[in-house]
Amino acid sequence: MTTTALRKLIATSALATTLAGLSAPVLAADDGPIRVGILHSLSGTMAISESTLKDEMLTLIDQQNKAGGLLGRQLEPVVMDPASDWSLYAEQARTLLTGDKRVDVIFGNWTSASRKAVLPVVEELNGLLFYPVQYEGEESSENIFYTGAAPNQQAIPAVDYLMGQGVERWALLGTDYVYPRTTNKILEAYLKENGVADDDIMVNYTPFGFSDWQSIVSRVKDFGSQGKKTAVVSTINGDANVPFYNELANQGIKASDIPVVAFSVGEQELTGIDTAPLVGHLAAWNYFMSVDSDANYDFIDAWVAYTGNKDAVVNDPMEAHYIGFNMWLKAVEEAGTTDVDAVKDAIIGVTVPNLSGGAATMMPNHHITKPVMIGEIQDDGQFSVVWQTPTTVAGDAWSDYLPASKNLISDWRAPLRCGKLDVERMVCEDGAGTN
Amino acid sequence: MMMNSLGGDRQRGRRLCHSLLLGLLLLCAALATTASAAVNETQARALLQALDTRSFQAKGEAAQAIADSQATQKTRWLQALLDGRLGKERRGEQFYIVTDDSGREWPLIDAITFADAGSGSRRTVDIFKINNALRTQLQGMIASLSLAEGDERARLAAADRLIGEVSADNVESVRASREQEESQAVRARLGVALALYAAQQGDAGALDTLAGNLDTRVRNSLTTLAAGDGELAAQAQRVLDGIERKRAWYDRAQTLFFGLSAGSILVLAAIGLAITFGVMGVINMAHGELIMIGAYTTWLIQQALPGQPGLALLLAIPGGFLVAGAFGVLIERTVIRFLKGRPLETLLATFGLSLILQQLVRTLFSPLNRRVASPDWLQGAWQINDALSLTLNRLGVLGFCLLVFAALWALMRYTRLGLEVRAVTQNRAMARAMGVRAARVDMLTFGLGAGVAGLAGVALSQLTNVGPNLGQGYIVDSFLVVVFGGVGNLWGTLVAGMSLGVINQVLQPWVGAVLAKIIVLVGVILFIQKRPQGIFAPKGRVS
Repeated sequence: MTTTALRKLIATSALATTLAGLSAPVLAADDGPIRVGILHSLSGTMAISESTLKDEMLTLIDQQNKAGGLLGRQLEPVVMDPASDWSLYAEQARTLLTGDKRVDVIFGNWTSASRKAVLPVVEELNGLLFYPVQYEGEESSENIFYTGAAPNQQAIPAVDYLMGQGVERWALLGTDYVYPRTTNKILEAYLKENGVADDDIMVNYTPFGFSDWQSIVSRVKDFGSQGKKTAVVSTINGDANVPFYNELANQGIKASDIPVVAFSVGEQELTGIDTAPLVGHLAAWNYFMSVDSDANYDFIDAWVAYTGNKDAVVNDPMEAHYIGFNMWLKAVEEAGTTDVDAVKDAIIGVTVPNLSGGAATMMPNHHITKPVMIGEIQDDGQFSVVWQTPTTVAGDAWSDYLPASKNLISDWRAPLRCGKLDVERMVCEDGAGTN
Repeated sequence: MMMNSLGGDRQRGRRLCHSLLLGLLLLCAALATTASAAVNETQARALLQALDTRSFQAKGEAAQAIADSQATQKTRWLQALLDGRLGKERRGEQFYIVTDDSGREWPLIDAITFADAGSGSRRTVDIFKINNALRTQLQGMIASLSLAEGDERARLAAADRLIGEVSADNVESVRASREQEESQAVRARLGVALALYAAQQGDAGALDTLAGNLDTRVRNSLTTLAAGDGELAAQAQRVLDGIERKRAWYDRAQTLFFGLSAGSILVLAAIGLAITFGVMGVINMAHGELIMIGAYTTWLIQQALPGQPGLALLLAIPGGFLVAGAFGVLIERTVIRFLKGRPLETLLATFGLSLILQQLVRTLFSPLNRRVASPDWLQGAWQINDALSLTLNRLGVLGFCLLVFAALWALMRYTRLGLEVRAVTQNRAMARAMGVRAARVDMLTFGLGAGVAGLAGVALSQLTNVGPNLGQGYIVDSFLVVVFGGVGNLWGTLVAGMSLGVINQVLQPWVGAVLAKIIVLVGVILFIQKRPQGIFAPKGRVS
């Protein structure tokens, strides 16, 4: 794309916004309920993680309705069940955006595979999607808001922390799909940049639901007993974590010998494990249930009251939905309409409180600012925060450590409106009008 | 005292009593003064206050100050800090120890007087946090505080920690404690530590003591020594080679164990299928779900017997067998017997059944995994030496698999039912002509196969997640084992399962879990091309 083309593009998109602005009051005249789509799997393998997010969204919508709704209208949840089937996500997103119950916003998805399936649909039909889970980055869409962590908000700070603890040797273990592979690629590049030798990095992938960890854990044990301080960086996803941690405990690998830092293990996942032998292993997130703030205690109390289970746990993706939902409310109020284009413009720069006592701001690249925390597993299944970034970190859509994406940025503000801008050549590779 | 005082001389008795009381009082006063000399409340408060910092280094120094202080409560403080139970009032100045942190409301005691202090929660009590480095430090402090009590295990741990840590500063004291040490094991450990130090100082003679030592720290130090040059380096290399050779053998033994344990799971999962598939020719796609039912039975029995995971697991063995067996009989009576001789329809029907059973479990319990606890005797590892340890849960499953196999083999070999089953397998029509009620045999065989699948579920509950999808992961592997071993042959299933397990575990470290599985699958396909009957060909004629 040439610069003239870019200029033309900016001009058309500016025109488009003006038109959208003109048409907005017409849409706002509608005084039925504002519909909120919830696109989380309630059955199949992902139900473990996603069904709680559906319940959380229902709680948040209910609370908002009790507080008077939005723009004087009530909110109405529209719940879908894509049954852990990636193509069903795309189909149901289409239903949400075109059907009789046309929604104004969607909160949904967990795995990257399902997000990639929904992406073309929300772009084609100009929907809004809030995605609440940590992911691998290397993506930016005009219609998706990423309220989970990008790699620079989770993986890189975690590795920095361990380097500060004297770790020199790294075992990168992951489940075999796009998120772990991309994250590990970024981490490998980052570690090598920091002077870690090839021999001191071990990479291993296992399938979903893997349970026969004995020889891999034994190999890690061997890898870690060569005289250098070793750590495991785990992007193991889903229920494969339970046998993995059990095997660690059985083979006697303690956190003081080889600490494991996990990016996909939270309070929810630990409910299935006896954590006494795992005390001291780490996880990196942007929120922990044990965070000390009144907003957090209120959130937990509301959740316990809703579920009626006094042992109910909350986790990081739930905080992401809490932030995303509040950001959307505020943006709609600012725009005075639920019109997608108006909300998209209004939401950039919106700041709402997070649950750890700080605030989150929506950045122009559709990622948000988050504090990064490292927590150690405790014997009661909770994490104790041992380290935290002094300020919040803004999410980076395109990693600075991969050669292919280090010159790329994303900025969806007018007049640029570009999700993939090469700052060196000043060329927009993916912006308004292109896919 | 009064009664024992001489005669009826009450005066004298009373005087004695008085002096005794006085003595007691004095003693108490003396004790009280020594206690307050040790550490008074202000000092105790100051010691604990120092822990209230965000910096882990400062916290470590504060903990060290407590360990060095005269405070009588120090061991309990350090232990509470280690357990994450020592904290401070959030908007006040009280220090508390949480006595039970399982719920949302915690019972508290005062950290200085240990008096009951009501209850609190995370909103009101700020627990002092520790990290890994501090945890290790605290464990060291508590160990050295209890070292004075002279427990042999504590001394052994201390001696173990010295390997590689002996320096010019402490070598004399280590030597002295070795001279005084009575325990053989501790002496040996200290000897290794001293020999390693001597070798590092250039004493080639000390290297002989280290020959064949499997401790990784010894190996790492020797690698550094061998990297130098001269006589010492050559000697160190020789010792190191010996160690590496020994380790290689133990590594092979360990891989074999891993393989056998992975194989035992395959055998357990497949052997029930070998019976139903072999005898009745039924391709039972719901076999995995029968395994799942066994696992859920274990969970249910554990729920009924809280706090006794061992007993529950033992009861689950007959329980899992009976429940899964009953399901098997039910499936045979209601579905399979009407589809006799139509393998494709049986396959589809049982596949549908497997989906129904999965959804049933999802609706009845929940889509979430259930946690089945392991009894103490199935946790941890049997540490044979520094290079070889066998995890107890895998060892248990391996033993269980062999027991089940032996029982099943004996059943087939020595009982009336076994005889009839073998007869029907070899020639159904002839067996029926001889008066064997083939329909009844079918039902019992299917029930038996299902029951054994239930037993596999009981064993798997100790190794993997118990959830609605548990069975799915094993159905393909089970068919693979049965086909590879030879249809309807128990020995074939055992040999096939074990060898696939070993091959898989040998390949896994080299090529990764995914590729290892692919290689095994391709290998079995090629093998079947060459030998369609499997390892052991069925002895009977297909009727």
